[in-house]
Amino acid sequence: MKTPAIVSREALDRILPRVTQPARYAGHEWNAITKNWDAMDVRLALLYPDAYEIGMSNLGLMILYDLVNRQPDMVAERAYAPWTDMEAAMREAGIPLFSLETRHALRDFDLLGFSLQYELTYTNVLNLLDLAGIPIRAEQRSADDPLIIGGGSGAYSPEPMADFFDLFVIGEGEVALLQLLRAYQAAKRREGWSLEAKRRFLEQAARLPGVYVPSLYRVTYHDDGRVAQFAPLGSAPARIQRQMVTPLPPAPTRLIMPFIDTVHDRAVIELQRGCTNGCRFCQAGMIYRPIRERAVDEVVQTVDEMIAATGYEELGLLSLSSSDYSRIEELLKRLRERYAPEQLAISLPSLRTDAFSVSLAEMIQEGRKSGLTFAPEAGSQRLRDVINKNVTAEDLLNAARTAFERGWQHLKLYFMMGLPTETDEDIDAIADLVRQVLRVGREARGRRVEVNVSVATFVPKPHTPFQWLPLADLEVVADRQQRLRQALRLPGVKLNWHAPEATLLEAALCRGDRRLSRVIERAWRQGARFDAWQEHFDYQTWAGAFEAEGLDPQFYGSRLRASDEVLPWDHIACGVDRAFLWAEYHSALRAETTPDCRGGCQDCGLRACYELADCPPELAGQP
Amino acid sequence: MSENIQRLRATYTKGEAVKYISHLDLARTVERVFRRARLPLVYSQGFSPRPKFAFASALPVGATGRAELLDVWLSPPLAPLEFAKRVAPQLPAGIELVEVREVDLRLPALQASVSHADYLVTLEDAPVDLGARIADLLARDAIPMERQRKGELRAYDLRPLILELDLIPGPGAQIGMKLANSSSATGRADQVLAALGLADAPYAVERTRLYFDLADQ
Repeated sequence: MKTPAIVSREALDRILPRVTQPARYAGHEWNAITKNWDAMDVRLALLYPDAYEIGMSNLGLMILYDLVNRQPDMVAERAYAPWTDMEAAMREAGIPLFSLETRHALRDFDLLGFSLQYELTYTNVLNLLDLAGIPIRAEQRSADDPLIIGGGSGAYSPEPMADFFDLFVIGEGEVALLQLLRAYQAAKRREGWSLEAKRRFLEQAARLPGVYVPSLYRVTYHDDGRVAQFAPLGSAPARIQRQMVTPLPPAPTRLIMPFIDTVHDRAVIELQRGCTNGCRFCQAGMIYRPIRERAVDEVVQTVDEMIAATGYEELGLLSLSSSDYSRIEELLKRLRERYAPEQLAISLPSLRTDAFSVSLAEMIQEGRKSGLTFAPEAGSQRLRDVINKNVTAEDLLNAARTAFERGWQHLKLYFMMGLPTETDEDIDAIADLVRQVLRVGREARGRRVEVNVSVATFVPKPHTPFQWLPLADLEVVADRQQRLRQALRLPGVKLNWHAPEATLLEAALCRGDRRLSRVIERAWRQGARFDAWQEHFDYQTWAGAFEAEGLDPQFYGSRLRASDEVLPWDHIACGVDRAFLWAEYHSALRAETTPDCRGGCQDCGLRACYELADCPPELAGQP
Repeated sequence: MSENIQRLRATYTKGEAVKYISHLDLARTVERVFRRARLPLVYSQGFSPRPKFAFASALPVGATGRAELLDVWLSPPLAPLEFAKRVAPQLPAGIELVEVREVDLRLPALQASVSHADYLVTLEDAPVDLGARIADLLARDAIPMERQRKGELRAYDLRPLILELDLIPGPGAQIGMKLANSSSATGRADQVLAALGLADAPYAVERTRLYFDLADQ
């Protein structure tokens, strides 16, 4: 047994005064859990491959941290991507990546679990392994190195990262992770640990529900680069079923509180998981089915415990569509009555575009009326029907009128560009809609109102009805951006863009096969990291890496796939049938909508897959 | 109404575990500590009400403090001991209560009352001529320095901000400093070290005491 290395406080004191935001690396946050490391049987480090202030806002990791630390014989600690100045200082001083809780070198943990939420963080994963002194490729790691696990939505199309991970946990970690850790513990106890034991463990793990061991599959390719066959070796299953829990387990209440300002520095509870709207562009709406609501009483009680344990002044009620929570008014009323004396601000993200949502916003924003956001996503009714965003112009104008009448002066509207079947007329329709909102605002308030318009470029995602489609031609997108910019040169309108530069890379990485591991490695070796940050992103580095590996980002990002093509994520079964997605894709092309499945099952496949007697399984407050 | 309001003055430490958090972060942390402790805080009026509390003086990031000060307003009043009982279990590692007492509501703001501060600087390695360097520095009429302020480099004279500077006898290399610490003029320990030619030497800074210019503390 090697002696674990602990990074000393003195060593850190020599470098922290010279880096930005040193508190990112100092730990000791309220509710962080420090256990007796030596006495623990299983030691897991949870990593988010982006800056501390992004990673600390991720609820998924917080749930797993809470869960694992509840086990008396296990510990979970945390690490995030050191900012570039800290990375340089650590490398210069020879300080390896360490955990925030006990400052143990990460290579001394049994397992490292990475949260994969966004493709542009992938080079950071490699950088974190390297900073930890761990070989980045799974095949190069020894028995002394930790097992490297990936999870999160990125694990639903894991192939581009296949070479770096020993295994992926697909789906909701609340069940799958603990099963895996117990299996690991048993294997280690049974036979100690060696390369041979690790190999046997991986074979055994591959048979656990929701576990994908990429090294146990062989991929062959057609001459044109498409996947020919994806074949399991030995006893590994052909398809890996995403793990799903119902009802939702209790939410964590002792949230770790960052000292520094983070993206979301507030108490959070998931009101519900899943979404029934069936928007065809939305990956979350497909892969987190079915809808599972928490009961109102449970939410209120959890919030009580959370506020007592944190002292937070703001509460976020998370869900993919808050207005759809079946007892949302009752919940807000109860929370407001309970917390009025304590000045608890409540935020309700992802409101549906209608007047009802304005009333909800009014319940929680009494007096403040800071801002209100709606996401019509597309300008014309035809295009909204294509993407199955079941919102009409009338809904939006009603919502806007209600909001302006009730005192808001400022609205934010989200749209997407580059959607399937989009034409110039659809772009003109965005401008038209914004003009109508301005007019409604003037009527309601008697003077000019402000409208912020944000436009993102649509990227087709795996496991959605648009998974077969190419990314829009970026030159066309640029022309249409210009067109919209001209049309929206209006007083009171602000137009925001998301940088389109990284879009092709994002599109390629999210639908790539495992040959992209080589591209990611090369880009990282050429200096790519923090690609999600505009100031660090350099497309040339990536273009060079693709070229050197003889691969084409357009092949992955901008190609129409046929119905019989083997998609690199076909072996990951998220519960929604491929046939359903294909049918939805064709409904989209005909601009036919599919209703919200709360009104009746649309046979997406989930019910059969998880043998649910009822779908949706349970709604808030139902007995 | 106002007679039901109380002003408590707390002396606390900002120790190793929290020395890298900024003043703004500390303020947010303290507010949440008070909320967890369920104190009867007095809130400001307006759309986003803030609880009323105020610090004496910001501590530079990286420095520890042995006797930092803050005032907090409560209504209805709470016995200082009860305040301590509620607050102590909610404090993150590194922050400890040293003393709590009630002060007159009419006292001027803490920030306006503080005039200077003592610092204890511990050097990892001291140059052999440290005593001479200190004597030289004190003998100068002016010490022109520059510092970043709101993104601009500003020139200023450090000399009048140094009230005392002593090499502390003993085995370790420690320097005691008494520096101006008012809202209009504040001397920083790291700048004094820079003036001593020790900008890059590893060191630890602790603020050990804050002084008031008022007779009535």
